[in-house]
Amino acid sequence: MLRIDQETHDAIVAHAKRDHPDEACGVVAGPEGSDRPERFVPMVNAASSPTFYELDPTDLLKLYREMDDRGEEPVVVYHSHTATEAYPSRTDIGLAMEPNAHYVLVSTREHGNSEGPVEFRSYRIVDGEVTEEEVAVVPTETPRSQD
Amino acid sequence: MAVEVRIPTILRTYTDGEKAVSGEGATLSEVIEHLEANHPGIKDRLIEAKDGQSDLRRFVNVYVNDEDVRFTGGLDTSVADGDQVVVLPAVAGG
Repeated sequence: MLRIDQETHDAIVAHAKRDHPDEACGVVAGPEGSDRPERFVPMVNAASSPTFYELDPTDLLKLYREMDDRGEEPVVVYHSHTATEAYPSRTDIGLAMEPNAHYVLVSTREHGNSEGPVEFRSYRIVDGEVTEEEVAVVPTETPRSQD
Repeated sequence: MAVEVRIPTILRTYTDGEKAVSGEGATLSEVIEHLEANHPGIKDRLIEAKDGQSDLRRFVNVYVNDEDVRFTGGLDTSVADGDQVVVLPAVAGG
């Protein structure tokens, strides 16, 4: 199961809507081994395409160095489908290289850039095998005020 | 020439879970051969035959001292003592 807080969930959806009709992509990093997606990191889709996404190799290195320095890993790897359902494509399955990640798929096919619900689904993709999992969106914890 | 090679999660099955291993060689190609000798099977995950020649796989990125080797000579990129080689699979899909 993927547990993700409301704010991060909404940020992923907003990114997908903003970049529609191109695919949007990014990660949510979290402490290594924690399975807690905590730090939302939207990335640029270097392919600028409605049917493909890829991080620019320079951005990719920077992202992984940053996570390494902070003791993080990509807990969630997300991207959008803009004309099809939120299910991993054959390309997604072939190129999924993070066995510990939750692969989140968002589909913007219904409402595009406009308001409205989107499909938000999560999968494990290991050795070419796709397993859908439940998504639990939990309230965002707000830091306690100091007074 | 001893270099450090950073291994991504997906390839740590070849390195007993190690995040980084030491490598040897004067070029990236030699470093990969040395890796293969110590961690059999890893080479095939990095390299494929293209038009009869070996080349890095399209969705594998390799950096020597933070430089993407696609811009520094690919497999012929020279490496020196103390250099760091980073292997990162692309984050990509359709």
